Amino acid sequence: MSIISVKKLTKKFGDLTAVDDVSFAVKKGEIFAFLGPNGAGKTTTIKMLTTLLEPTSGTILMNDIDVIKNPRDARKSFGIVFQDPSLDTELTAYENMEFHAVLYGLSRKLAKERIDTLLDLLELFPRKDDFVKNFSGGMKRRLEIARGLLHHPKVLFLDEPTLGLDPQTRNHMWQYIKELNRNEEVTVFFTTHYMEEADRVANRVAIIDHGKIIKEGTPASLKEETNATTLEDAFLALTGSTIRPEEASLLDHMREGARMWRRR
Amino acid sequence: MYLSVIYILWLRQLKRYMRSRSRIIVSVAQPMLFLVAFGFGFGPIYAKAGGGDYIQFLAPGVIVMAILFTAMFSGIEVIWDKQFGFLKETLVAPVPRLAIVFGRTLGGATVAILQGFIVFLITFLVGFHPQSAEMVIISSLFMFLIALLFTTLGTAIASRLNNMQAFPLVINLLLMPMFFLSGALFPIDTLPTMLALVVKSNPLSYGVDAVRDTLVGIGHFGLATDITVLLVVTAIVIVVSAYLFEKIEA
Repeated sequence: MSIISVKKLTKKFGDLTAVDDVSFAVKKGEIFAFLGPNGAGKTTTIKMLTTLLEPTSGTILMNDIDVIKNPRDARKSFGIVFQDPSLDTELTAYENMEFHAVLYGLSRKLAKERIDTLLDLLELFPRKDDFVKNFSGGMKRRLEIARGLLHHPKVLFLDEPTLGLDPQTRNHMWQYIKELNRNEEVTVFFTTHYMEEADRVANRVAIIDHGKIIKEGTPASLKEETNATTLEDAFLALTGSTIRPEEASLLDHMREGARMWRRR
Repeated sequence: MYLSVIYILWLRQLKRYMRSRSRIIVSVAQPMLFLVAFGFGFGPIYAKAGGGDYIQFLAPGVIVMAILFTAMFSGIEVIWDKQFGFLKETLVAPVPRLAIVFGRTLGGATVAILQGFIVFLITFLVGFHPQSAEMVIISSLFMFLIALLFTTLGTAIASRLNNMQAFPLVINLLLMPMFFLSGALFPIDTLPTMLALVVKSNPLSYGVDAVRDTLVGIGHFGLATDITVLLVVTAIVIVVSAYLFEKIEA
């Protein structure tokens, strides 16, 4: 059964088509990775799925709710950790968490329990009463993640959640998310630049480039199809400049360079 | 209902206000300047012209000024939240946008009225004395309505702007004529017809009139007219603001 079903989704910004006729489905209880180079349309897609942007055309069904027609009901089904900061830096870490708990209607007792657990998990508990403006970049990132996990949604969106985090914290975070996924059947939809992370965590991945989904499947099947040993190689084989040399840009050349370097 | 959501948004606004002492001082400074410069500068002329005690006339206007300026500029917090990303946190939450706008404006209005009270206390230092304690309470209700109206207006304008630099320019463009042509500084009974028309079409005039009428008993339009105009305009601005806020995309 699919919990997210996207059909013919398109978003245009003037002449630019950021997301171009995209269709895909995410099964209930699955960990789904959405991969793609910078500017491929990942964040735009997530913004449409999470009601922050209205699509130019297409339909999104989440938890059997039409996201475009009924955004407020849809918002009850998901949680999101944004790529860019979204904390109130004039409040303390604890106050940011509390604010979120009230927005999502958590009871006082449950909120306190979870806030303490999550702050502890992401090693922020000793700093809970400090203002967020005095936090380092990594600490802010950790707080964003803690906040996103607070209300145990049906679908959890994570847009580049681990960017700038050390391996230890990444490991902790994924452990918690996997437990959440197992115990509460939370479906996870995430984007990342760390291919080995997607390989390790995701049940299924979709690769998007130039606003179109170019491949979908399990990490294993993608590697098999491209004869690659790692998902990163498979990704580069699918999105690198070799498959469309007429469009080679500086970025493609850099990717090609990276590919050569890895294959040495 | 969504009372706890409204409450937490209100509380956030208040916490932010209490934590920025510079903001409190700066926004009291300008009304103070008007009170001292105009009060003592024009006072003797006003008295000579037979108007009586100018401080008594001016103080309510200056209190309204403090509320007006704080209220309108509180809209910048919406832009602030857009810029720093916090707005997204509230926009994806499963609560009606109306509750979010309401919590925010209620918070902004409370901050504005606190500023008004600070200025009110300061007016006593220059010799202002309201007619009675009961009327001060009624007056505070009008002050709150003014605070709510202009916080909502500021929020509505901010919903349409994405630029931290543009907001103060737009607000100042509105604020200055609105304040100067509201009868806050001078009586409006003796104005030339054209100017009187402008003053009459300015909703702030009714706010100033109501606060002055309740505090010192000098009124022009009558309290019934004042409250009707304020309520109607506030209702319209709230609806428009909720609509614009609903349209925000991140």
